[in-house]
Amino acid sequence: MTTPPILELRGVSKNFGNTLALHNINLEIANGEFLTLLGPSGCGKTTILRILSGFEAPTRGAVFLNGQEITSSPPELRQVNTVFQSYALFPHMSVWDNVAFGLRMQKRPKVEINQRVAEILRRVHLAEYGDRMPRQLSGGQQQRVAIARAIINNPLVLLLDEPFSALDLKLRKQMQFEIKHLQRQIGITFVFVTHDQEEAFAMSDRVVVMNEGTVIQVGSPQEIYEEPESLFVARFVGEINVLEGDIRAARPGGTYQAEVEGVPFILHSRREFAEGETVKVLLRPEDLKVYLEQEKAQQPPFFLGTINETVYKGATVDILRTLDNGKKLQAAEFFNEDDADITYRPGDRVSVTWVEGWEVVLNAEGE
Amino acid sequence: MGAWSKRLYIFLVYCFFYLPLLAMFLYSFNAAKYTTAWGGFSLKWYAALLRNNGLLDAALNSFLVAVCAASLATLLGGLAAVCLKRYSFPGRRALFIGILLLTVSPDIVMGISFLILFIACSVQLGFLTLLVAHTALCAPFVAVTVLARLEEFDEYLIEAARDLGASEAKALLHVLLPLSAPAVAAGWLLSFTLSMDDVLISTFVTGPSFEVLPVRIYSMVRLGVKPDVNALSAIMFALTLSLVLLAQVITQLRRK
Amino acid sequence: MERVPSPGASRFREASIAGTWLWLGLFALLPNLVLLLVAFLDRDTVGFFIPSLTLDNFRELFAPVFLGVLWDSIRLALCSTLVCLLAAYPFAYALAKAGPRLRPWLLLLVIIPFWTNSLIRTYALILMIGAQGLVNKCALGLGLIGAPLELMYTDFAVFAGMTYTFLPFMILPLYASIEKLDPGLADAAKDLGAGSLRTFWHSTLPLTLPGVVAGCILVFLPSLGSFYIPEILGGATNMLLGTFIKNQFLVAKNWPLGAASSSVLTLLLVLLAVLYRFTSQRAAGGYNAPLNARRDGE
Repeated sequence: MTTPPILELRGVSKNFGNTLALHNINLEIANGEFLTLLGPSGCGKTTILRILSGFEAPTRGAVFLNGQEITSSPPELRQVNTVFQSYALFPHMSVWDNVAFGLRMQKRPKVEINQRVAEILRRVHLAEYGDRMPRQLSGGQQQRVAIARAIINNPLVLLLDEPFSALDLKLRKQMQFEIKHLQRQIGITFVFVTHDQEEAFAMSDRVVVMNEGTVIQVGSPQEIYEEPESLFVARFVGEINVLEGDIRAARPGGTYQAEVEGVPFILHSRREFAEGETVKVLLRPEDLKVYLEQEKAQQPPFFLGTINETVYKGATVDILRTLDNGKKLQAAEFFNEDDADITYRPGDRVSVTWVEGWEVVLNAEGE
Repeated sequence: MGAWSKRLYIFLVYCFFYLPLLAMFLYSFNAAKYTTAWGGFSLKWYAALLRNNGLLDAALNSFLVAVCAASLATLLGGLAAVCLKRYSFPGRRALFIGILLLTVSPDIVMGISFLILFIACSVQLGFLTLLVAHTALCAPFVAVTVLARLEEFDEYLIEAARDLGASEAKALLHVLLPLSAPAVAAGWLLSFTLSMDDVLISTFVTGPSFEVLPVRIYSMVRLGVKPDVNALSAIMFALTLSLVLLAQVITQLRRK
Repeated sequence: MERVPSPGASRFREASIAGTWLWLGLFALLPNLVLLLVAFLDRDTVGFFIPSLTLDNFRELFAPVFLGVLWDSIRLALCSTLVCLLAAYPFAYALAKAGPRLRPWLLLLVIIPFWTNSLIRTYALILMIGAQGLVNKCALGLGLIGAPLELMYTDFAVFAGMTYTFLPFMILPLYASIEKLDPGLADAAKDLGAGSLRTFWHSTLPLTLPGVVAGCILVFLPSLGSFYIPEILGGATNMLLGTFIKNQFLVAKNWPLGAASSSVLTLLLVLLAVLYRFTSQRAAGGYNAPLNARRDGE
């Protein structure tokens, strides 16, 4: 990165008693970036957030904000604000007082407070709600108050801790859009915590996948999805088919001759594999191509199998089937308006292949 | 138990509680000098109380001690509750057990131990010694009352306040205090009545120069039934009653 | 688990923890240590005590005089505790099962005497059981008795006074622990074929045992220590522990003996507290909940 990072974690570890919550985390977050910490519950993502906001101190390591070490400075002295999972709106204060709280703590002049609160309420479409109490608002409105309250202090970084978990699906999509929009508008760095990979992909510039207190992979949503570096990431960010393979011969240009589930294929990978090495071949359901056997349209190589079940999903159809060697696979096909004979029936014999180069090949031990 | 026998039982227990108090209340309006018979309605015993300067002084002293002790106890007990709820520190559990034990430790032991302490330190018995002893009596009750309320308090609210730039003390002042105000008020009222009613401790830690109401009532009561004692007791009961009701209203209102 | 803002360790946090410890040290630990110390000192008629160590005061606790006082006190306190328990348990149970609209009011009616000055309530009792009291008048009026009963200045009067005064202290902790009971548990036990009595014995009682012990602490200890009840209702007939301790300090001026005899109360408190902890761990409820109910009444 050319510009210095706005936020940096250097060798951060955290123990709670004997349990290791975080293990040697190194992370740089660029100014203006929308970064998401993604992982299953208990992976340490919330602990990172709490270390950034100042509610936990790391056992080892240091935290830097805008070049200054803030490892042991209290939350109130950090130019970082948080949108809490439960919103944590002050129930005894009106919306206006909730939003004005930060400015009042800074002892800003009254005129300035009034002006800034009014402006920020307008920005989150709550201009008429200043007199309401938090319990009189809907979930989405409470969410907006929480955001307004957090950004009014002009933080360098805004932290969001699973802010949508209390909202229903439709509202969640809308708030995702609004937050992304807001982030572009005000241009500050957002650090977002979620366990929902779709949410992470929809909003982030970069995603940090975590598991058991360590960072597994950092990258753009596309990189994470299409080039997972481990089986954990591959499985966590979506459905995936895992096939067993053996490298038969290496060819120049990252191409390998291999046998996958007993069928010879050409594999592409930037990783180095030795001859005779066992590998895992990962394929997203939508990367698989399925043909009825009688079509015979495609060239080998392909697998032969039987349809088990098809699941209608609206935009796609999930196809579950079993290969002749017993391996179960899942494929997803988009509806094609022009091709209505996509209807497979259980028991249909099919052949399966994939677009060459779309596979991810991992070392067999690379769990 | 059948439904009716259950109701009857509840009713009888309440009769047990309230009949004596009711009798005391009624007799306080009895014009006759002895309680043997009803001699017509009269307020003269209340009037007699107002003319009794020694009694009024004692009442004023008690009120003063009760207000000060309740306020100090609320401060101490409230802080203790915050410590127990929010912070972990060495000996936290010991502190909690200590406070709980104080709420059930016999008052007489507290009274004599303070007496010995004050005499050993050559402190003149009077307002100050009463204040200290009554604060010590009441603070554990405030701590327990406020702690019970804080159990349901959302810790993230404090974090939100600090996140927005409030120091720990300010966060407690602006967020925790207003939200636990009913419990704090109830704790204060409880302390006030405890101090106002205490005989066991006051007997030991106050001197002749500073007489308090309960001790004076006690010396009157020991001499048997008297109509002016009825009136005084009725007033004390009415005071307690209104404080209990006030405490209930405060806690119930906020809950809704 | 407590969430502690470690980096934000503020001066306020340090100050309030220190303040709380200071309070407990100065207002509880120090007086009790001094009390314990004095119990081991020699008496002095002029200066209350003199600094020479002795075990004489504790030896005097085994003299027939004190043993007699102790026996009378414990007998009466046990009786009133037992009667309170037997009367309060069904009452608290009925209260806890009352309708949600009625319950706060019923509870309020228990909280009022709970807060009311015990001295005044003891006094009010004279109006009932005195020679000219309402009990005698009613009984005479109904022709149940020929002459007024001598209720006052007897052991019975003291016992009645303790029961009357401390019954609310038994009801509230019991209510708190019964209210927490899962009604499904009793139903489940009945489903399994246990009769009402067996359900009570094997399920309800063990789970409410912490409340029972808490209530007993709150009735038994004050019954031993509150000197005004026997002094008002019992007259001069029998000396009980509270009066004995008081007299050592205010009349006989034998502070070391008074301090030593008060250790009986402290010892009983510790024993009962341990019992309470044991039962509440067995009941596996949140610790100490019923104790919290004292005077709080919420």
